[in-house]
Amino acid sequence: MDTLNNILTYLGLGFVLLGSIFLFLGALGIYRMPDLYNRLQAGTKASTLGAMSVVLGVGLMQPSWMIKLIVIILFIGISNPLSSHALARASYRRGIRPFFKKKIDAYEQEVEREKQQRKKNQIKVEKVKEVAD
Amino acid sequence: MTSKSFSTGRFLYTFIIIFLIWYAFTTSLQPAEIIVGILLSLIVAYITVVNFNCCDPVLITPSHIIYFIQYFFVFLMALVKANFDVARRVVNPKLPINPGIVSFETKLNNDFAKMVLANSITLTPGTLTIDVIDNRFFVHWIDVTTENKEEIYKEIAEPFEKVLLKIYGS
Repeated sequence: MDTLNNILTYLGLGFVLLGSIFLFLGALGIYRMPDLYNRLQAGTKASTLGAMSVVLGVGLMQPSWMIKLIVIILFIGISNPLSSHALARASYRRGIRPFFKKKIDAYEQEVEREKQQRKKNQIKVEKVKEVAD
Repeated sequence: MTSKSFSTGRFLYTFIIIFLIWYAFTTSLQPAEIIVGILLSLIVAYITVVNFNCCDPVLITPSHIIYFIQYFFVFLMALVKANFDVARRVVNPKLPINPGIVSFETKLNNDFAKMVLANSITLTPGTLTIDVIDNRFFVHWIDVTTENKEEIYKEIAEPFEKVLLKIYGS
């Protein structure tokens, strides 16, 4: 029983170490990348696997917490990509344009079209108001 | 997300799922914990029932469970690969990136499946979902190698969508 506990502890420590290495690389990525979107890319991936791995390592060291930790891992897996998606979408619509070496942007047209649509709708509303006045 | 109308069955179902999550978090049988859990689950279920469309009971069959496990492994491999990809790019002094935003169309119709696909794309090497409009995905790609729609689709979405199509149908 003791040897098993020892093995689990060392395995857990290994996962924590691996997780911290990934977290460090993610931080380095955030520092080195040129713009918000590339930073989000580096940050999301590294922090997801890094955090999952650290939590799993803690679970191996402390097996009685395992069920809770698995739920936490699932939540990290769902919420991390969702939040980075929301940040990317909001900042593009706010007007922050990505860094390009060669411009490939399929999303720009879509956003422009939506903006025009909104403008048209606004004008319509104003006209209706004028008529009502 | 498609809203579903309120019904007692759906409410109970939502309540049970939320309570199971609460129970996984606390893992204790103390009456105080269970009472608080039931109260909170009732409140949360009441608020979220109209938008709750996760874990349809229709989908829980043996073959689907196998597909879910298969999906999990495909996803895990992609996540580990993505991390090594990020590490390789970040450590390289030249910073080898060629970013761009590409779009492709998915064959999935189910909202929940689209959400899973979008999240998976975000966690795979070099891609980040920016927006989903109807069935078009807009993806920020750190190293654009092609502008051909078919090839983009093959490169980014195919391994996941194959398994998701088997689970949710087209």
